[in-house]
Amino acid sequence: MNNSEWPLWEVFIRSKQGLDHKHVGSLHAADAAMAVQNARDVYTRRLEGVSIWVVESKHIHASNPDEAAEFFDPAADKVYRHPTFYDVPDSIKHM
Amino acid sequence: MSVPQPEIAVAPAATANPLFPFVLQLADTSLILAHRLSEWCGHGPVLEQDLALANIALDLLGEARSYYQYAAELEGQGRTEDDLAYLRPAVEYRNPLLVEQPNGDFAHTIVRQFLFDNFHYQLLKGLKEGPDARLASIAEKSLKEATYHLKWSSEWMIRLGDGTAESRQRLDKAIAKLWRFAGELTTPTTTETQLQELGLVPDYAALLPAMQAHLAHVLAEATVPEPATPFAQLGGKSGRHSEHLGYLLTELQYMQRTYPGLTW
Repeated sequence: MNNSEWPLWEVFIRSKQGLDHKHVGSLHAADAAMAVQNARDVYTRRLEGVSIWVVESKHIHASNPDEAAEFFDPAADKVYRHPTFYDVPDSIKHM
Repeated sequence: MSVPQPEIAVAPAATANPLFPFVLQLADTSLILAHRLSEWCGHGPVLEQDLALANIALDLLGEARSYYQYAAELEGQGRTEDDLAYLRPAVEYRNPLLVEQPNGDFAHTIVRQFLFDNFHYQLLKGLKEGPDARLASIAEKSLKEATYHLKWSSEWMIRLGDGTAESRQRLDKAIAKLWRFAGELTTPTTTETQLQELGLVPDYAALLPAMQAHLAHVLAEATVPEPATPFAQLGGKSGRHSEHLGYLLTELQYMQRTYPGLTW
C-alpha cells in the first residue's frame, strides 16, 4: 500500500456545540469516508471534538503570500472597523 | 462439529462463584487481542491506521482491566488484576484461539478483528441487558467502543475485498487461514453452557442470526463469496492453545516474571 497514492485531506474539528469547526491538521485517506474515520482516530483521541469536517486539500484555494502587502496591510490603520467600541456583557462567551 | 472437550483444570481449582471463569475468559480474550494489536504500534501500513490499531488495542486493554478487577473480586483469594494478567501460565488462559493468532499482514489482522468484533458487539449487547449489574455496566461502556471497532473492521473488509487485485488476494488468504477459528467464539464450553442455563450469559445461538446478517452484508459489499463454514477449531477457551500464545505471554509477562512485584 503506497501512502503517496492516497490524497491529502484537511481536517476541521468542532470542539463543542456552538463553536466553529477549526482546522487541526491534515491526513491521507482514500476517500471521504476513510478521511472522517482517520480524523476520528488521529485527532479526537483526547476528547477534542464533537464533530468532524474533512475536505480534500486540492479543493482549498489560498491567497498568494506575495500579495500579502496589498491584501492585508491596508486594514492595519482602520481601527474603526473593529466593533471594539461596544461593551460586551460578561455573560456573552466566545466573542 | 463441536465435540465436547475436556477442560484443563484451573489452579487454584475450586472457586465458589460460577461467573469467575467466564469473566476471566472475557478478560483474557480482550487482553490477548489488545496485545496482538499493540504489536502493530509503529509498524502500521500508514500513520492513520497505526493510530487506529493502537486506539482499538487501548480500548480492549481497558475492557480487560475491568474484567480482571471483577474476576479478582469474584475469586476472593487475594489475587489482583495484575496477578491474573501477568502470573498465569498459558494453559490457564481461557481466550479463544482466534485472538492469539499472529498479526500476519494487514489483511490477516483485519479478518481476525472483523470475526472478533462481529461476535464481541453482539455479546456485549447481550451482557448489557443481563442480570449481573457489574458485567452489564462494563458491557455498556465497552459497547460504544466495540460499535466503532466493528464499523472500522467492516469497512476494511470491504475495502480490501473490493479493492485491488493484491488486496483481494491477501484478504482471500487471510479468510482461508482464519475462518476456522470463528466457530469457537459461539461454541459454548461446559462453563458457558451452565451460565447460559442460569441466564447469566447470553445464549450464543440467539446471537448468531444478527452476526450472520452483518457478515453476509459485509461480504456482499466486499464482493467476497461467503466461505463454506469450516470445521470449527476449538480449544483456547478450555486452555488448549496454539504455540503462539506461549511466545506472546513470554513478552507480555516479561517484566513481572523478571522483576516480581515491580511497580511504576
